Amino acid sequence: MAHIIGGVACSHIPSIGSAIAKGLQEDPYWKPFFDGFPPVRDWLQTAQADVAVVFYNDHGLNFFLDKMPTFAVGAAATYSNADEGWGIPVTDPLNGNQELSWHLIDQLIQDEFDIVSCQEMLVDHAFTIPLKLLWPGKCPVTVVPICINTVQFPLPSAKRVFALGQAVGRAIRNWDASKNVVILGTGGLSHQLDGARAGFINKKFDLEFMDSLLNEPQWATRFTIEELVEQTGTQGVELLMWLAMRGALGDAQEFNIHKIHENYHIPISNTATGLVAFECA
Amino acid sequence: MTQKTIPGTTLFGPIQAQKGYALNKMCFSFNSKENRDAFKSDEVAYMNSYGLSPDQVNAIQSRNVLRLLDAGGNIYYLAKFAGIFGLDVQDIGAQQTGLSKEAFKAKLQAYN
Repeated sequence: MAHIIGGVACSHIPSIGSAIAKGLQEDPYWKPFFDGFPPVRDWLQTAQADVAVVFYNDHGLNFFLDKMPTFAVGAAATYSNADEGWGIPVTDPLNGNQELSWHLIDQLIQDEFDIVSCQEMLVDHAFTIPLKLLWPGKCPVTVVPICINTVQFPLPSAKRVFALGQAVGRAIRNWDASKNVVILGTGGLSHQLDGARAGFINKKFDLEFMDSLLNEPQWATRFTIEELVEQTGTQGVELLMWLAMRGALGDAQEFNIHKIHENYHIPISNTATGLVAFECA
Repeated sequence: MTQKTIPGTTLFGPIQAQKGYALNKMCFSFNSKENRDAFKSDEVAYMNSYGLSPDQVNAIQSRNVLRLLDAGGNIYYLAKFAGIFGLDVQDIGAQQTGLSKEAFKAKLQAYN
């Protein structure tokens, strides 16, 4: 059976893509952000992941308001990035893992998560940038994208997203394949791009959220989506991706989960950036 | 369903999604360079081809993000419109909060 080696959650701000392309990792503005990643890369190198299952939110590259799935699972052989309109570099296509995609689609529907399946799916910066941060060279893993709607309200509740993550974790652990799987969740932490409250950040809430993830992962599921927007900003609600990732790892005791590394830095662009990596022993 | 009121914040729900559909569809088209160029060469003709309302046309012509949000715009699609002019999310944030870009950046830094 497949093994979940652990999970990583991190921010996915578009300008990170430009900073990587320009080699600004040591620049004083960027360094506190990029310095979070080497310990996580070292761990991934040792743990030898074969596949990454990535919870992320599309920002209007693949999905438009004409058809807006709440949960969408990719089932493509390859996933291409494309022009998003504001000039960040387009990255190389990524190889899908169709066997795991269809296993997840089958198991999730059996588990009463009525997801949308996508045999063609463009992936935007929210998907490509975290992979570049974790594997700066050629991406060594195959991927399965799981997109969660954060564009059009109503959004799925934090409780529901955590439960989706749990279902994904169960499905991976009964996938009949000798593969190491890492779970990624990308987005957040607190930030707001739109409205008179643009530039809102909530450090206290972010740190409490990050602290909760290891041993009290359902802490954030007590909040409604509106309460999460109030606490973290209209885009801070992307912390849903972190919850899905953590849900997939399972119970902290049962799977002997421990923290590898974490980092928190304000600001990159308009965003409070976060990074956390957990290992399942 | 009662909706929480969050100051300075409009949730992009059913009302905005319907009201802003044409505007957002046009902005979504700006993923393509060909469409960005077509907009730049004749803004009014391009807006008409997407059936924008007079309010939406005025909002686009004003380049004012708060007005574009009022007209039903969604920030993810509006960001593609802003990209045509080389504006990033800090320019947009500064404009919406009535600050200079430097003052907006200082406000973010002050959260440390």
